[in-house]
Amino acid sequence: MSLPKKYRLIFVALWFLPVLLLVLHLHTGTTPFSLQHILLNGIREGGIARDIMLYFRLPKAITCVLAGASLGLGGLLMQTLFRNAMAGPDMLGLSAGASLTVSLALITGVQALPGVAGASAGMAASASAGAALVFVVMMAAARKIRDNTALLIVGLMVSAAASSVVGVIQYYGRAADLQAFVVWTMGSVGSTQWNEIIVIAVCLVMAYAVVYRHIKDLNAWLLGDNYAENLGVNLVRSRFWVVAATSLLTGAVTAFCGPIAFVGVAVPHLVRLAFPLSDHKIMVPAVMLGGSALLLMCDLLARLPGETHILPLNAVTSLVGAPVVIWMVVRSKKIRM
Amino acid sequence: MAATVVLQADTVDLGYPRQLPLFESLSLAMKSGDLVCLMGPNGVGKSTLIRTLAQLHPPSKGRILWGFRGTPALVLTDRVSAPHLSVRELVTYGRYPHVDWHLRLRPEDEDIINQSLDQVGISDLSNKKLFEISDGQLQLAMIARALAQQSPLIILDEPTAHLDLNNRVKIMTLLKSLAHERGKAILLASHELDLALQMADVVWLATPHGQVKTGMPEQLVLNGAFDELFPLKGFNLKTGRVEHHPHRNLRIAVHGQSYTHLWTRSALARWGYQLDEDAPLTLLVTEQGGWAINNELFTDLTQLYQYLDQYASSSSPAR
Repeated sequence: MSLPKKYRLIFVALWFLPVLLLVLHLHTGTTPFSLQHILLNGIREGGIARDIMLYFRLPKAITCVLAGASLGLGGLLMQTLFRNAMAGPDMLGLSAGASLTVSLALITGVQALPGVAGASAGMAASASAGAALVFVVMMAAARKIRDNTALLIVGLMVSAAASSVVGVIQYYGRAADLQAFVVWTMGSVGSTQWNEIIVIAVCLVMAYAVVYRHIKDLNAWLLGDNYAENLGVNLVRSRFWVVAATSLLTGAVTAFCGPIAFVGVAVPHLVRLAFPLSDHKIMVPAVMLGGSALLLMCDLLARLPGETHILPLNAVTSLVGAPVVIWMVVRSKKIRM
Repeated sequence: MAATVVLQADTVDLGYPRQLPLFESLSLAMKSGDLVCLMGPNGVGKSTLIRTLAQLHPPSKGRILWGFRGTPALVLTDRVSAPHLSVRELVTYGRYPHVDWHLRLRPEDEDIINQSLDQVGISDLSNKKLFEISDGQLQLAMIARALAQQSPLIILDEPTAHLDLNNRVKIMTLLKSLAHERGKAILLASHELDLALQMADVVWLATPHGQVKTGMPEQLVLNGAFDELFPLKGFNLKTGRVEHHPHRNLRIAVHGQSYTHLWTRSALARWGYQLDEDAPLTLLVTEQGGWAINNELFTDLTQLYQYLDQYASSSSPAR
């Protein structure tokens, strides 16, 4: 199953899209300068241009690329595993778990750092802890439960339980903490440090390695459990690895960027607009590229309203993504995976 | 060809934990070239039996043995929810047990895929997406996928459900030729009594008492095993026809030959007339395919119906 000829050009274009958006992204900001200028002079000379580039724009752009790829891949994995078009990487309850620990940290004042909420290392640490906690629960569930739908329900219930605790915490929370929490839930790619980016990158590479090794299993999942097992897939083991990969992807992104909604659900659908295919050999790289492109674009749009104001990222991802997905669903009569 | 044992179950119990077993001390065997039809009322455990024989579900006691390496090829009732797959990609799945983890297809795999599409007669559909083809074509594609697996045993769960008569006959004929000409052992669960009776070499009749009666279809009809299991009211299995209650209270003798004669009898019975060779009222099916009765000639069945309707209501019940 190789890429049909008519899609080859689109696939090449899909490689250029994130690159193009990345360059555009690096150019956008309150301080105008060209990439050429930065490449030729900035890094070598140092100074403000270098600092803006190295410590602000580049990390932000790279975060968009990595987080977008992670969420797109996570979304694809969940949609394949659960054979459900509406599944997303947050289906496993990791985002909800992260929300729980972040709200707890805010309320108890554990995250000591003041200032921009998302920038706090304490927030990232508590989000990681929450995601990791749910991760352990879900891995245990994935080993115990044979049925994928049951696993989906466990994920949703874990999310619901975590959300209700978050609700209680909010109910008793102070206004300032609530504000900080709400800002965190809006998602942000602008507050990641280089070392955090490395963590996201390592998680992405590890997850990709797992996925690459399980391409055959993922394809077989499309036919359902019985056929997959008949074709030689070890259901329990292969699901364990897919859940592990998705948890890594979602956990890392949520820890450092907050719960970025929608990208994971939308990207596989948007990519299928260009490639109406199911083969994971093609879909996996395609959703990673598409995810990067979508998040770069959303972050660009978030800055459009003015030179100084920035829209919350989650507002933009949903605003951009929702109409596109609605249009797609209405246009193509069948809901497809 | 020398028939080899492909599937064997010796005194196997099967069912689900903490429940009464569905079947007890079951002994079944299939040889290559056998077309076996598994029948039984709804809810008797046919699908569980199929799943157990395919080793997707463990038996609670005993072992299922396959007389070959690898797994049997399956065509299940599970919905395939990947509409972006092409027919060819679907058939490619049949090669999954034979290719490496990165799905590199060797030239011989490609050949087998082409052959499978060809055998089922859907080569022209190979680039169609699954959402573009009909249910019958999808079922053929699933069978092609099973063929591509090149397993000596093919197990199908209700392969002809929801299909029209054309497709049902097409699929049953295909399965029969696969068994008899290519030596595949084919086990199919089906509710299609008429087709199964005419096509299957052996019928496995699953009873609600945890047994499976086996035998040639004709044997099972004649020894009453079918009647016991399907106490069909108004359908005579031995004649293969629905029984009509002659509510019109009018006896008619029908004479004639050919199909028209047969179908005329069927129509009269359905309309509620009693067919009786010795009846005073005779209906003659003419050689031109018309009907003569009481010196009247009809060329249209509707007119005959209307005439008889009037005749029956005007004549006294005593006739």
